[in-house]
Amino acid sequence: MSWTPICPVGALRPESGVCALVDGVQVAVFLTYDGDLYALSNLDPYTGAYVLSRGIVGTRQGEPTVASPLHKQVYSLVTGRCFDDEELSVPVYPVRVGDGGYVEVSLERGIADGGHLKTGLAHASGAAALTASAGG
Amino acid sequence: MNRIVVVGYGPTAHRLVETLTDKGFGGTVTVIGEEPRPAYDRVHLTSYLSGTSAEDLTYEVPAGIVTRLNTRVTGIDRETRQVTLADGGAEPYDVLVLATGSAPFVPPVPGAEHAFVYRTIEDLDAIRTAAKDAAEGVVVGGGLLGLEAADALRALGLKTHIVEMSPWLMPRQVDEGGGSVLKSHIEGLGLAVHAGAGVQEIVHDGEQVTGLRKPDGAVLDAQVVVFSAGIRPRDELARAAGLEVGPRGGIVVDAGMRTSDPAIYAVGECALAGGMVYGLVAPCNTMAEVAADRIMGGSATFDGADLSTKLKLLGVEVAQFGAMEGALDVTYMDPVGGVYKKLFISDDARTLLGGICVGDASPYTQLRPFVGKELPASPSDLLFSGAGANLDLPDEAQVCSCNNVCAGDVRTAIADKGVTDVPGLKSCTRAGTTCGSCVPLLKQLLEKSGVEVSKALCEHFTYSRAELFDIVRVRGITTFSELITRHGTGRGCDICKPAVASILASLHNGHVLEGERATLQDTNDKFLANMQKNGTYSVVPRIPGGEITPDKLIVIGEVARDFGLYTKITGGQRIDLFGATVDQLPEIWRRLVDAGFESGHAYGKALRTVKSCVGSTWCRYGVQDSVGMAIALELRYRGLRSPHKLKSAVSGCARECAEARSKDFGIIATEQGWNLYVGGNGGFKPRHADLLATDLSSEELIRTIDRFLMFYIRTADRLQRTAAWLESLDGGLDYLREVIMEDSLGICADLDAQMEHHIATYADEWAATLDDPEKLSRFVSFVNAPGTPDPSIVFASERGQIKPVMAR
Repeated sequence: MSWTPICPVGALRPESGVCALVDGVQVAVFLTYDGDLYALSNLDPYTGAYVLSRGIVGTRQGEPTVASPLHKQVYSLVTGRCFDDEELSVPVYPVRVGDGGYVEVSLERGIADGGHLKTGLAHASGAAALTASAGG
Repeated sequence: MNRIVVVGYGPTAHRLVETLTDKGFGGTVTVIGEEPRPAYDRVHLTSYLSGTSAEDLTYEVPAGIVTRLNTRVTGIDRETRQVTLADGGAEPYDVLVLATGSAPFVPPVPGAEHAFVYRTIEDLDAIRTAAKDAAEGVVVGGGLLGLEAADALRALGLKTHIVEMSPWLMPRQVDEGGGSVLKSHIEGLGLAVHAGAGVQEIVHDGEQVTGLRKPDGAVLDAQVVVFSAGIRPRDELARAAGLEVGPRGGIVVDAGMRTSDPAIYAVGECALAGGMVYGLVAPCNTMAEVAADRIMGGSATFDGADLSTKLKLLGVEVAQFGAMEGALDVTYMDPVGGVYKKLFISDDARTLLGGICVGDASPYTQLRPFVGKELPASPSDLLFSGAGANLDLPDEAQVCSCNNVCAGDVRTAIADKGVTDVPGLKSCTRAGTTCGSCVPLLKQLLEKSGVEVSKALCEHFTYSRAELFDIVRVRGITTFSELITRHGTGRGCDICKPAVASILASLHNGHVLEGERATLQDTNDKFLANMQKNGTYSVVPRIPGGEITPDKLIVIGEVARDFGLYTKITGGQRIDLFGATVDQLPEIWRRLVDAGFESGHAYGKALRTVKSCVGSTWCRYGVQDSVGMAIALELRYRGLRSPHKLKSAVSGCARECAEARSKDFGIIATEQGWNLYVGGNGGFKPRHADLLATDLSSEELIRTIDRFLMFYIRTADRLQRTAAWLESLDGGLDYLREVIMEDSLGICADLDAQMEHHIATYADEWAATLDDPEKLSRFVSFVNAPGTPDPSIVFASERGQIKPVMAR
């Protein structure tokens, strides 16, 4: 499997996403509060706009999700399936933290439960978010 | 049978044609009215004097109905079946409906021709004009309409007397004990009550009235005299046509509302049904519905009506239901608190027969449905406040007397049609749509229906937005993580995160992109701009009050040109610049901030704009500086985050060019100051704002708006505009007035302090973003390729500007 490094893991903020351009493909990469990484296509299949990385990250029945910022359909970060409309789904991509602490994604697909990965930095970053913002 | 002619266009005629339309009547319906406008709401006529326009009071003419206004009918030719008109024309009919209403009774005393009556909008115009040069006024008649007229004179600034023939006020609704409590309420407001008194003559000097002489010779000084001493049915057309009329007037009708001529019906105040003339809205509406049903071949009957009444006059609640006598009665009287409640019951003390309330009408709502039924509790328990609030209504108990809706109908709507809220019940059953007094009962039925109306915000919080607001405020919570860890479950979602972000912003006013807060913001707030369909953004700099210098206008033009943005004037008197990518936003705002612009918060659930007309500075009609006020308000409330967007406008005179009444808070200048309207909006379901307060000084105006906004922010649901919030508020506008103008909850100091905090801590969030590299670092299209333009964003050209092209 070929991996493309996109940014240092520290450039991601918990509970939000960024977009990377990988071989011309827009990939949305999310870091959740517990430090897990997920990668989905950035294309919102309902509107045809490339915006999913800018959606709100959350959970539905414990499953991590992102809501499209345009019409608010909610997609599973794990499977890419849409919770609100079973016709809709988005591709998921493998993602990992590679050497040097870089987030890497692969455009190859086929991993059974999507492509997310535990960074091991999990609770450190979650807790950091808590304390960092508690003073604000 | 396909031509129906209706003579008279009052509320009863309106209900008739509305019912015919609803039932799908296929022929032509022509309504002939002598007034210059279609039917209007007479129940709320007095609000015309406090600023409600004739247009607002007027009912919409149902589609397909032909109206002939300003037209008097002079005769009925029953042979040829046509009515003749004052203009010489004629209108043929197959079915004629007389809805000629009534005329105020004016006793035949000398000088009576110089007095006014209180029935039409034109009457009110005349009274208002006469009141301008008057100091004192007399209302003859201490019944329901008389007190209404007295309230109007008082509101016009006159020292007001009420003269009532009976020994006490409102003799048709209350007994002597209730009358005396009512009298002390009214005297407490500075009105003089002369009960047991008649009228000898209206004293006048030429055209000008100077007083009213009582039979004992005493003269009450007054420059305005209004007769409101009962009504007389307008049966003259029927009489001349040879239709049967009652000995004391009224067109005789059968249970199907048919007169002695089978082709002619009579409905409303002109009809004598079962030997009675009815002057209340509810029975007249029922008559109209019965007549419509009969005309369409039905067999509905009018079998008399419940004359129960509940109203608030001169600030006093008065109600009467069922019978006004009984074998036994139980009275609760509190002269200090000004409360009088009496129940009439059968001799075995088991059956409720009726009741009277003054000063506290709660028994009306709770007990009226039990009239003729077994008492649900002991009378003394029922009369002391509190008891009776949780009674189970039998299905056949009438909930809404105006529209004849029973508890069973409401339960059916809830159970079978899945209605879950009061607005839903209103549209489904019509209950609560006329006088609104049964809305508390509707709520109670909803709550008891077992349909769990969940207040939970989403799966992560079991609390409503208002409850979360209080938790955050009282416990001093400053982050979403803290709130969800302690008071919620899971990690949040696109519903609760922005709602909590808004609460935190309303309470603490920190930067919305600070730390964790950045991850809570909805689509637009996240990048402080409005996302458009292709993922690009639009930019709206604040232009307070819509006033802008040429230099600043030029800067906006230059920025738009340099970044190739599509430019459009908004509805809120500002300029929207479209087509910016995420990475361009900081560059665009650098230019705008340098030129003195601030964020316009077009992207936020926050104050948007305060529109204005040009006002007294330039306009030859303006009476106040509307632009100055609009700018002051926009600068005061800029950046204020709220449950939904907030829009406002200020008009410099009653011509209302700023369209203030379509705003969440709208201000219209008066000669004396400002009128404040609240709860309006355009949008999917337009609503005119309600008049909250009149003739406020600038200081009073600002203080009232401060409190209105903060009370709304504290208590509204997520994404609930002020219009829906106001409609859902228990007690409505009166309650709002009590809370924010009379401080009935003791929270005004708190609300004021919260607004002061907001104003003191406001900072332009775009300027702050430009000063913070951490925040700026988010404004990139691609984290691994900063500076690379997003290849998915493509524009074409249209009318000399860009427009988005979607890939599919």
